[in-house]
Amino acid sequence: MPLGAYLTLAAAVFAIGLFGVLTRRNAVGILLGIELMLNAVNINLVAFARFSGDLGGIIFTLFTIAITVAEVAVGLAIVIVIFRVRRTVEADHLDLLRG
Amino acid sequence: MSFRVGSAMVALLVLALPFVSFLLLALVRPLRRSAVAAGTTSIAFMVAAVGAAFWLSWRSVPRALLQSPSTTWTWIPADGGPMATVGVMVDEKSMAMCMLVTFVSLMVQLYSWAYLHDEPRTSLGRYYAYHSLFAFSMLGLVLAPTFIQMFVFWELVGLCSYLLIGYWYDRPSAARAAVKAFWITKLGDLGFVTGIVMLWVAAGTFDFWDLFRLANTGGLPREGMPLIMFLIYLGAVGKSAQFPLHIWLPDAMEGPTPVSALIHAATMVTAGVFLVTRAFPLFLLVPDVLTLIAWVGAFTALLAASMACVENDIKRVLAYSTVSQLGYMMAAAGAESPAAGFNHLLTHGVFKALLFLGAGVVIHVFHTNDIFRMGGLRAQPLIWVPFVLATLALAGVPPLPGFFTKEAILGGVLEAHLTVPFAMLALTAFLTAFYMFRVVFLTFFRPGLGDSHAHHHVPPLMSLVCWTLAAFTLASGVAMARQVLGSGQHGDAPPWLPAFSLALAGAGILLAWLTYQRQALDPARLSAALAPLDWAARRRYGIDAVFLGLYRVALLAFSRLVGWFDRYVVDGILNVLSAWTLRAGDRARRLQSGLPQDYVYGVAFGVLLLFVLAQWRLR
Repeated sequence: MPLGAYLTLAAAVFAIGLFGVLTRRNAVGILLGIELMLNAVNINLVAFARFSGDLGGIIFTLFTIAITVAEVAVGLAIVIVIFRVRRTVEADHLDLLRG
Repeated sequence: MSFRVGSAMVALLVLALPFVSFLLLALVRPLRRSAVAAGTTSIAFMVAAVGAAFWLSWRSVPRALLQSPSTTWTWIPADGGPMATVGVMVDEKSMAMCMLVTFVSLMVQLYSWAYLHDEPRTSLGRYYAYHSLFAFSMLGLVLAPTFIQMFVFWELVGLCSYLLIGYWYDRPSAARAAVKAFWITKLGDLGFVTGIVMLWVAAGTFDFWDLFRLANTGGLPREGMPLIMFLIYLGAVGKSAQFPLHIWLPDAMEGPTPVSALIHAATMVTAGVFLVTRAFPLFLLVPDVLTLIAWVGAFTALLAASMACVENDIKRVLAYSTVSQLGYMMAAAGAESPAAGFNHLLTHGVFKALLFLGAGVVIHVFHTNDIFRMGGLRAQPLIWVPFVLATLALAGVPPLPGFFTKEAILGGVLEAHLTVPFAMLALTAFLTAFYMFRVVFLTFFRPGLGDSHAHHHVPPLMSLVCWTLAAFTLASGVAMARQVLGSGQHGDAPPWLPAFSLALAGAGILLAWLTYQRQALDPARLSAALAPLDWAARRRYGIDAVFLGLYRVALLAFSRLVGWFDRYVVDGILNVLSAWTLRAGDRARRLQSGLPQDYVYGVAFGVLLLFVLAQWRLR
């Protein structure tokens, strides 16, 4: 398969993730969207690594996955704390920073 | 050369002593808060200053005419010679003034010690500090070798006058009088400073001696001089209470009586006369201005004398008499005999101070300023002898100094062929004798009213000061009489003049005696005979009203206009600006919705936009 197919897949996944982030009401859904966007980037990295024969991209992807896991852990923890305090995780209701 | 420097150093010492006293009183708090310590300090320094002033004149010797009496130091350096200098000018005039100022200051401070005994002890430090500052400023004024230095000290004495008129600042009338005095004299000072600057533009120097040299060699431009000298004269009009700026001086009597004696009779108000005398070589260039000075002086003398005749407040009578005598001095200067005016200034300084201090004694006895509520002090010569002596001196009775100096002035005016001013001054001499003896008869000799106060205690210090001044008056008069008799004849004045001026004084005294002592003439009928004049004089000829009207109509209207502009235009612009800022902030605030997804939208669109831009630019 050519590189373009991988990149198209990655772009599609990124777009789906962005759509999720923008449209989901639930904070957990938003986190899932972010995960999709990050993994779209991972697909890009791996694809470029494969086609250019540079292993650096693959190693970088491993790091990204590790960081993503940590980020999800922190994100979910925050969501749980928000739920405990506000009894909701609807993004529309979480507007404490409104000007 | 060594003499010159030495003389200047002594002059600086005279100047420094009161200043050090002022600094001590102003800065050292325990000294200021204790009346005894403050008074002692001030008087001790003043004694030293008197000593230094007399030493200064004793050690001086006549100098070569071409040698400058000034010792100056650079103040404002500039390319091609200093722009302004400071220093001291030691000549006969400034030495005489130094002695007068320090001596009368000392007398008045001693007198104040007793007179203000009942004042709050803590506020007397302020009083003596102002007195010391005044002495310093006045000495600086008379010693000034340049116009600009004179102006600085000129303003300082004005400040001291303001502070001391308003010494009882919790009295509304005193506070108002202080402000009035300050503003009216400032009106004249405006002309003074403008004149100085214009003179500097024309001549390139502030220095009196340089200016005199230029005047003698014709180095001054002819065309601008009348205006310049008129403007400088305006300063003297304000300070020396000449018509029409004389209105502040009677109100200045709101201050303590010793202050009136020192500042508003003997020294500060004579600064204008001193200025004209000092700058006389320059005034000689402008005969028109001199004629104006003579006319205004004579008119002021007559006007003030007529107002003094209807005044019942003893201090105000003396104030009008001061205005009147200042008019005399100015008239002499205007008639090109400034020496006569200056001599009158010196002798008047002593006996007018004595009159005020004597008035302070009777105010102390009767607790009122109204001469119709006094009387019956015939049995107390301790009180009335110095006052009557000074009154005789003022009225012009030989062998007291007023007679000789007044006669010299009348002679000078007559010689200058100023007939109408001479007539006005002669009439003033008559009125002076009348109103002063009106005060004397009503205050001391009329029987009855004051008998209950017959054994009122007068502090010995006050009496001592009065008697000292009386002795000085008598001594200077006798010295003058001996000089006149010794020289055989006096000047070029017509021989009938002494008899004439004596007759004027005698007629005034006689009229006052008939009216107020013998009561052969009814004062009411006297005033009815001169009803229009009486009516106008009691209303001060409406001059105060004119100033008040000008103040209300012109100044207040202008202030309201400025106030309106400030409130609605200046403030309005700022209010609109601030309102717009607030509204813009309110709008911008709403961008912050607080919803995370809105921010993500923003970021996504921003990135998209960047992509589009990048693509577009690359193409």
